Amino acid sequence: MKAAVIVFPGSNRDRDMLMALERAAGKPALAVWHGETDFEPVDLIVVPGGFSYGDYLRAGAMAVHSPIMREVAKRAGAGVPVLGVCNGFQILTEAGLLPGALLRNACLKFVCRDIHMKVETAQSLFTAGYESGQVVRVPVAHHDGNYFADDETLDRLEGEGRVAFRYCTQEGDFDEAANPNGSIRHIAGIYNETKTVLGLMPHPENATDPQLGGTDGAALFDGLVAALH
Amino acid sequence: MAESEITPELAAEHGLTAEEYARVLAIMGRAPNITELGIFSVMWSEHCSYKTSKKWLRTLPTEGPQVIQGPGENAGVIDIGDGLACIFKIESHNHPSFIEPYQGAATGVGGILRDVFTMGARPIANLNALRFGAPDHPKTRHLVAGVVAGIGGYGNCIGVPTVGGECQFHESYNGNILVNAMTVGIAPTDRIFYSAAAGIGNPVVYVGSKTGRDGIHGATMASAEFSEDSEEKRPTVQVGDPFTEKLLLEACLELMATDAIVAIQDMGAAGLTSSSVEMSSKGGVGIELDLGAVPRREEGMTPYEIMLSESQERMLMILRPGREDAARAVFEKWELDFAVIGRVTETGRLVLTENDATVADIPVAPLVENAPEYDRPWEPTPPSPEIAAGDVIAKPADEALLALLASPDHCGKGWIWHQYDHLVMNDTVIRPGGDAAVVRVQDTQKALAVTTDCTPRYCHADPVRGGAQAVAEAWRNLTATGARPLAATDNMNFGNPERPRVMGQFAGCIQGMGEACRALSFPIVSGNVSLYNETSGKGIHPTPVIGGVGLLDDAALAVGIGFTDPDLTILLVGETQGWLGCSAYLRELLGQEEGAPPPVDLDAELRNGDFTRMQILARRARACHDLSEGGLAVALAEMALAGGIGAEIAAPPGEIPLHAWLFGEDQARYLIATKNPAAVLADAEAAGIPLAAIGSTGGEALTLPGTAPISLTALREAHEGWLPGYMDGA
Repeated sequence: MKAAVIVFPGSNRDRDMLMALERAAGKPALAVWHGETDFEPVDLIVVPGGFSYGDYLRAGAMAVHSPIMREVAKRAGAGVPVLGVCNGFQILTEAGLLPGALLRNACLKFVCRDIHMKVETAQSLFTAGYESGQVVRVPVAHHDGNYFADDETLDRLEGEGRVAFRYCTQEGDFDEAANPNGSIRHIAGIYNETKTVLGLMPHPENATDPQLGGTDGAALFDGLVAALH
Repeated sequence: MAESEITPELAAEHGLTAEEYARVLAIMGRAPNITELGIFSVMWSEHCSYKTSKKWLRTLPTEGPQVIQGPGENAGVIDIGDGLACIFKIESHNHPSFIEPYQGAATGVGGILRDVFTMGARPIANLNALRFGAPDHPKTRHLVAGVVAGIGGYGNCIGVPTVGGECQFHESYNGNILVNAMTVGIAPTDRIFYSAAAGIGNPVVYVGSKTGRDGIHGATMASAEFSEDSEEKRPTVQVGDPFTEKLLLEACLELMATDAIVAIQDMGAAGLTSSSVEMSSKGGVGIELDLGAVPRREEGMTPYEIMLSESQERMLMILRPGREDAARAVFEKWELDFAVIGRVTETGRLVLTENDATVADIPVAPLVENAPEYDRPWEPTPPSPEIAAGDVIAKPADEALLALLASPDHCGKGWIWHQYDHLVMNDTVIRPGGDAAVVRVQDTQKALAVTTDCTPRYCHADPVRGGAQAVAEAWRNLTATGARPLAATDNMNFGNPERPRVMGQFAGCIQGMGEACRALSFPIVSGNVSLYNETSGKGIHPTPVIGGVGLLDDAALAVGIGFTDPDLTILLVGETQGWLGCSAYLRELLGQEEGAPPPVDLDAELRNGDFTRMQILARRARACHDLSEGGLAVALAEMALAGGIGAEIAAPPGEIPLHAWLFGEDQARYLIATKNPAAVLADAEAAGIPLAAIGSTGGEALTLPGTAPISLTALREAHEGWLPGYMDGA
């Protein structure tokens, strides 16, 4: 699998993502600078976490207008899988590649901690390494991760099986205390209509190394490598 | 303001005493103009000149085989092997954070990050040490919220994990909170950058953000007591821009990979003034600056304002000749300002021009070397009485433990550190909440343990003992992870040094710190002094915060505090007399802040610590925790909570009263949880280390001698409930 990681000047989990991809694929991924307008063909594009251009306006709002995001949108439209994590998820919603928006956390504070989330379905490129209904533990680290969309959109997402992950307790139950940011219907990640674009707030890339306290995120990358081999 | 007449009164308004102003006149041979007066004023402020503290700081040990650079540069540098250096420092931003907590704290983080990456290091960890006023003081909640958000806002955005720290509350900080921020970075030993300007004719280059009118006189503000109208000083607080700092960090490191830079210095307190003066002074050369070339974001700034601005995210560099274009390309790629604003000269003078007219001309050597230095009168702190454990009222152990765990100083601080991104960079092996955090060193097997520590209550009761204890506790916290402590940085936070009692606290703490640093081979390689932490004549508790760094050759050997398994034997390393004087037990349960603090036996610290580390590295410890405030019982509760596994403890040996056994704060002690107690006991016996098996892990409760089991749920509610409840206004 050949992957590209888009690097904005304020990206800060680009290296974390490159490490996770390399661990899974056995070869380094491509880092693509935000000012580029083209890059070699790849099997997967990743928009990583961080603060793209400082995000003083609204998370991801400026990144959408960068040269590289036009290219990402074009390739996503052509079916190239795109993964957006944290700030990457925010950017993909701003770009219209995914519906809804990420609002300020309900607690109004930045939150960095391990959470549990349920894999809604293993029927996707991104979750083929998991079982449907599996509960995994990965960290979150964000200020604006409160997913919101109108009821009609949410009903459609659920009806089409496009909710990728939901925040839950260790036992897999949905309750408010297990939801770190107030996301509506506990949504942690969603797909586009063709399930080739995934955005999620939690950081699977920070849960791929046993020395760092957990490896539940590794299956996402391993699954991608197997699917995109 | 430009051409106002310079009078002794105006000099006094700039914080210069009559004697200091006379010295200015002697150096200049004439009356200074307003720009020159401003430069003298900030360079001779306590904050920049260390005029009060220098005499004492000199007595601290700063050398060792591991030390590459001690105090005097932007940060300290130590060798961690494999061609890598660790560069670190702690710095205060106390006064600004009280006035404007979010920006004050945020720019504190920004400033210390710059100090570290100026030297060529990529920052890999941030820490902090926070002290707030009494929880029931009307400002405290607002200050906690603002400071924590500010630290997070800056560190989270720039993408350096904030992995550790401490936070305490005491009424002595009601009018002067403490915000100390520490950054730890890594650089190749052959690519460390210093600040001494060199090469006559070399270009002086300004990079980063534009200069505005913010923060003018910040250094002077930090060198005076607060009065009731201090909040009117809000305009002297700078505003942080972590995104620009991220760009500056990446651009500097990119340029540092080339050979373009001769010297580099960040513009911190006193901005362009202190950076240009320090660079020329260290290099023994002059610097000429054309102020018209300085990038500005406001119209009509005077030379005085340009030189005294503390706008953030700026650097000054001396480049090799002919490298300007290559350097400019790097900074333009990162969309930062880049301007050649002057050159190195052989005159030894700082000469400032604007529109070809000289607006300031100061000889650098006298400005720096003839800076005032004071040997202020001091008086020692009267000794506190020793308090016998038997004279201290014994409360039921379970009640006492729950009360301690729910007290502001000893409760869990997750409400704070969950607001800090402590995982970014993917190297955090041991997260906040334990003794020391552990972060891996990229591309190696190694890891660094990092911590900040101080017990101001001890320092207030006995500065010498308190100073030694702060060092010993930092050293122990590193040791308890398995790391070998290498060196420390100090942040000396004190009241008004013009009061002999305060000066005596300073001298005493330094003495104790020096003794401990020498005994533990734990030199101080960088630091910061913050005096005048007083409001309306009330000073803070003496607070010499120690930031420690230790090394693990193999990150996989690091241990945390949490019990990992049931049926582990819990071993107590070190001797327990049951010292309750000046303890958390006395303060929190009996409302008494009195008595002498526990003695610090540095030989025992070294022996017990080295023994404990040896057991960890031999993989015999599944968990380890040092004992500090709250003693044995609080440490056990923290280990149980961190691991989600209970424990049962046997009755104390001999004559020690139970409450003294459980809550005494005797030093040089650790708890080790092990599967192999026989081996550890045998080693201890052979080495003459006091060691006792005191209990074992298991179940879902902590059972102390003579009490009913306390469920982990009850412990957790006590430990984790207080701070969120307080911040919610409950």
